[in-house]
Amino acid sequence: MSAGAPWTIASIQTSLRAKKISAREITTEFYADIDRRNPSLNAYLALSRDRAFAQADRVDVATACGEKLGPLAGVPIAVKDVINTAGVRTTCGSKILETYVPPYDATAVARLEKAGAIILGKTNCDEFAMGSSNENSAYGPVRNPAALDRVPGGSSGGSAAAVAAGLAVAALGTDTGGSIRQPGACCGIPAMMPTYGRVSRYGLIAFASSLDRIGPFARNIADATAVMSVIAGHDENDATSAAVSVPDYAAEIEPPVAGLRIGVPEEYFAQGIDEEVKDKVLAGIALLEKLGCRRVPLKMPHTEYAIATYYIIATAEASSNLARYDGVRYGLRVPGSTLIEMYRKTRERGFGAEVKRRLMLGTYALSSGYYDAYYLRAQKVRALIARDFSEAFEKVDAIVTPTTPTPAFKLGEKTSDPLQMYLADIYTVTGSLSGIPGISVPCGETRGQLPIGMQILGPRFSESRVLQLARAFEKAGGFTI
Amino acid sequence: MTISREDVLRVAELAHLELTPEEAELYRGQLDEILNYIGKLQQLDVTNVEPMTQMSSQTVAASGEPRPGAESDLREDTLLPCHIADAVLEQAPDAVKPFFRVPRVIER
Repeated sequence: MSAGAPWTIASIQTSLRAKKISAREITTEFYADIDRRNPSLNAYLALSRDRAFAQADRVDVATACGEKLGPLAGVPIAVKDVINTAGVRTTCGSKILETYVPPYDATAVARLEKAGAIILGKTNCDEFAMGSSNENSAYGPVRNPAALDRVPGGSSGGSAAAVAAGLAVAALGTDTGGSIRQPGACCGIPAMMPTYGRVSRYGLIAFASSLDRIGPFARNIADATAVMSVIAGHDENDATSAAVSVPDYAAEIEPPVAGLRIGVPEEYFAQGIDEEVKDKVLAGIALLEKLGCRRVPLKMPHTEYAIATYYIIATAEASSNLARYDGVRYGLRVPGSTLIEMYRKTRERGFGAEVKRRLMLGTYALSSGYYDAYYLRAQKVRALIARDFSEAFEKVDAIVTPTTPTPAFKLGEKTSDPLQMYLADIYTVTGSLSGIPGISVPCGETRGQLPIGMQILGPRFSESRVLQLARAFEKAGGFTI
Repeated sequence: MTISREDVLRVAELAHLELTPEEAELYRGQLDEILNYIGKLQQLDVTNVEPMTQMSSQTVAASGEPRPGAESDLREDTLLPCHIADAVLEQAPDAVKPFFRVPRVIER
């Protein structure tokens, strides 16, 4: 938005209904800002102008005819480029899908449009969502709107940057090991990973199927809640989506949080954490205590094994899921004299370095002679990590931790050291492995004005409580603590 | 050293990746470092721990812990019409409807 306060879902609904502005005008305004600022941010990979204006016109006709508008009518939303959009190029940040135009919409996208949302375009991300900095995109890195020489986090870096810069009111991202929460923290906006199975993944291009989830980025908790209300719920097209009813999130997030028990695991404040991050998150916890929450110290002894466990399970699943990119049915094909030669040449040219590294790691972990030592053992440790959480949730209502050990790092700082890059996810992979929901909310900045994120985790299907705590924290001024 | 150059080349072959000699050497070092880190999982005693193999809500407790013996949520195996075959074939690098065309599969 060029002047005044940024649009929110609520302000758009009020202005549209009062006929102060049309959906077409809102859409035009957002595209003007994108055209001006995207060249420096590289947050969008593709803009779906035709589709967006057609949808805006539908909303405007409905408004003119006095029809009932959907809850997201006229709300400009960006979609991570690993989520299918019919007729709009979807590359997964990879050369191997450079020309791919999906023939169908992901359920989450279809639900957003049905609620009146305007899909502005597709956002940049690490290739196949593999990365923590967005530097693994084949289409160049995204820059952090808070500091252009820094990464926006990843893998949903484009979605986070677009919302933080006001180039979308909300965005869809995907989280496999932290890919929503970590860029949310780096860019200073709320970012939610729902419970495994809460949001349909039909049309999400798979990375690691036992971990992948779709969730929202927004500028405030009310907006994140409104998007969750639209995308959550069972979908018969996704066998892993849960047949669990969706509560009225908007109503459930408002009650006061006094009396809730907040677990604080000591392992998340141990060595390796930046002092400024630690201080702000502890200040955030103190603010929740001031609101009447009770702080409960926790021990979660398997936390230190989470990164190792995650990088076996995620890469093993990826090595299976990404076998489909072979030049036969879609995307890039590099000719070869035999089928196998065509596969190899296509994949060699189509995949970037991090994807190849993970495919090899995953293939190794699943290969004959290593399966028990790596994959089976990782699945057992995963159960222990999940048990840490289930035992904790017998004592507490939610767990609060930092989202990341450090603020956004500089572009290029970690690209030559894959293991250091993996450790950026140290506080987020545990929730991913356990299937539970979590949100990252801003909790102030470093002295160098880099955003800091605080993570709130809850038991499965406790999105209401997680959002309720986030909302209370926001209302109490926690975002700028 | 956990992983040798031969291991890297073998894994690349299994994963249908064609590596240059420089890539093979780079990945060998990096995979070695990652596998050494992952080796910390060997410190844990996992006897009598059931592997977490299913994530769907029907097979895990609300807390996220596996619920032993629960069956996953399976739908009826019924045929449904699919009308996007043409649109799918449009995306193929080399299609001769209704087929995908590929190089020779069987040698000689």
